[in-house]
Amino acid sequence: MPLRVLTLSFALALAFAGTFASSAAVTGVDANGQLEDHALQARFESITKELRCLVCQNESIADSNAQLAADLRRQVREMLLAGQSDDAIFGFMTDRYGEFVRFNPPLEPKTLLIWGAPFIMLFVGAIIIFRVVRQRSRMPLDDEPAPGS
Amino acid sequence: MWKFLLPFAAFVALVVLFAFGLNPKRDIQALPSPLIGKVAPPFSLTDVADPTHIVSGTALKGQVYVLNVWGTWCVECRVEHPVLLKIAQQHVVPIIGIDWSIDHEPSERDKARQWLERLGNPYDAVAFDQNGRTVIDWGVYGAPETFLVDGQGRVIYKFISPITEDVWQHEFLPRIAAARRGAA
Repeated sequence: MPLRVLTLSFALALAFAGTFASSAAVTGVDANGQLEDHALQARFESITKELRCLVCQNESIADSNAQLAADLRRQVREMLLAGQSDDAIFGFMTDRYGEFVRFNPPLEPKTLLIWGAPFIMLFVGAIIIFRVVRQRSRMPLDDEPAPGS
Repeated sequence: MWKFLLPFAAFVALVVLFAFGLNPKRDIQALPSPLIGKVAPPFSLTDVADPTHIVSGTALKGQVYVLNVWGTWCVECRVEHPVLLKIAQQHVVPIIGIDWSIDHEPSERDKARQWLERLGNPYDAVAFDQNGRTVIDWGVYGAPETFLVDGQGRVIYKFISPITEDVWQHEFLPRIAAARRGAA
């Protein structure tokens, strides 16, 4: 009799473990809060690194400890598990928080200045160097007698 | 000639840049909301005072209303509260509150009730957002944040940080009047 009780409780324990395991499979998140699908986890990490936490504006939602960042990570995780594309997730965020949430804004007419600024500055710097060098190359060297003297 | 003009132009440009950048009235953390001009995000949440009662945006359709996101954990909301009470006394528009439980604690509901009992209730209704989803839908990233929704259900204005009487007078009231003129 005790043996049967033991077997029964063993079976019950197995059944319970089974339901827990399967419920974990349904949510798709393991005990460490990582997505079980490694490809999804990789996308999760790259997306959350690219989204700005608006509470502490120089941190990404991957790094931030703010509660809102945790909520936004939850949102990203859920959308990934629902099979949504990266673009859909970024679209969700920019629809609500604006382009500012993206650390890496797409190249568009209105972001042209951001993307173009390094090239504009390089160009301005090149002109300045060119002018200075040309001007100096016309100057007499210190140990040379000035022309005409 | 342009040897003098160029540095002078650069100087003027810097002055303009600094006047804009160092303006103490400009909140550098405040962001323009992409929701302005768009249909307000739908919401349907339980009433803080009565969990069986639903507060939703559809029930407010056709009215100009103010939506104020706050929480009992929010110090600046405490600062804003007396101003909201004064605004409520004017009975200009319905004021809908969203009580944001930032840590998803259900106890925020009771704290909010106590807050309203002790300090007074400026709200026509307060919706309880326990999981923070409605707040994300509205693009809220801090509290208090206050939205103005017009009769067509569009967001027409957003104000971040506590409302002052000055802000109410100069930013909200003209927009409310304009929204009503536009609808009439």
